[in-house]
Amino acid sequence: MATPNTPLWEVFIRSRNGLAHKHVGSLHAADATLALQAARDVYTRRGEGLSIWVVPSSAITASDPAEKGMMFEPAESKVYRHPTFYEVPDEVGHM
Amino acid sequence: MAAPSIQVTETPLVLYTLRRADDALILGHRLSEWCGHAPMLEEDMALANMGLDLLGQARELYSYAAQIEGKGNDEDKFAYLRDVRQYRNLLLVEQPNGDFAHTLVRQFFYAAFADLYWRAMTKSSDATLAAIAAKSEKESAYHLRHSSEWVIRLGDGTSESHARAQTAIDDLWSFTGEMFEADDAERALIETGVAIDSASLHAQWLKTVSDVVNEATLALPGTGWMQKGGRSGRHSEHLGHLLSELQSMQRSFPGASW
Repeated sequence: MATPNTPLWEVFIRSRNGLAHKHVGSLHAADATLALQAARDVYTRRGEGLSIWVVPSSAITASDPAEKGMMFEPAESKVYRHPTFYEVPDEVGHM
Repeated sequence: MAAPSIQVTETPLVLYTLRRADDALILGHRLSEWCGHAPMLEEDMALANMGLDLLGQARELYSYAAQIEGKGNDEDKFAYLRDVRQYRNLLLVEQPNGDFAHTLVRQFFYAAFADLYWRAMTKSSDATLAAIAAKSEKESAYHLRHSSEWVIRLGDGTSESHARAQTAIDDLWSFTGEMFEADDAERALIETGVAIDSASLHAQWLKTVSDVVNEATLALPGTGWMQKGGRSGRHSEHLGHLLSELQSMQRSFPGASW
């Protein structure tokens, strides 16, 4: 349904055993208080969360998908940045 | 072949429990009528959520009423096989949804009461009612918060939403007095600590309601004459229509399940 005058909010939920808030989706609400209530009703009906953040979607600065070559491809050829090039002595045990 | 209505042996405790169960079922059903029709998806789910909370309260209360009555009735029979005159809910909760403002103001008036009522009932000397109260209290607290926020925004919003919210308050106000009534059957339960005297909640209710209404730049009518009758089965014309829809399946196909 079109809600042209109602701002969009991004919703983040921290689950029962989660350490960090995770993005779960978005919703429309007139202000922060109603956004928080709407997030509770839309995204935690089945016991998904113990904490909610709502953030105005307009407050998010996003990377440009058209620049993904410049932004992300250089990292893909740097395998030496992964810690896989040394042997762990047996005495160390499980890390 | 329509299923006939059941007989109910209304001892004071059965009657008391059925009255609260009927409040929850009828208000929950009213909210369910919004499903798919609310002004926005988020509010559609919020109203349905509150309706489900109330339906859950109704089920527990009906089951308890059936248990203490001990005549073979159950939650479904209480809900589906009693006629309008056998229903004991407040007149407030059966009032039609009207516009969004009417629905939210009705919810607000009831939730402001239910929040205080269930919190007080957690101290009931009846262990089952106290347990139901402990669960319901958290639900009612949220219903109050949600409906309060909307009353404030409707009242303090546009001239259109302000006018609609004020009309809703004026239309529904005379149904609020019934929440604080008690008859002889209830007075006996109040004396034994099973029930709380809801008249004792009125001052706090009025303060909660006044604070929100003032913040919303709306006004409460003067006290004035209050409607009553729902607790003894004398209802407005709206409840019969609601029940005809709520009960049509079980009345037409007795015992149908799927």
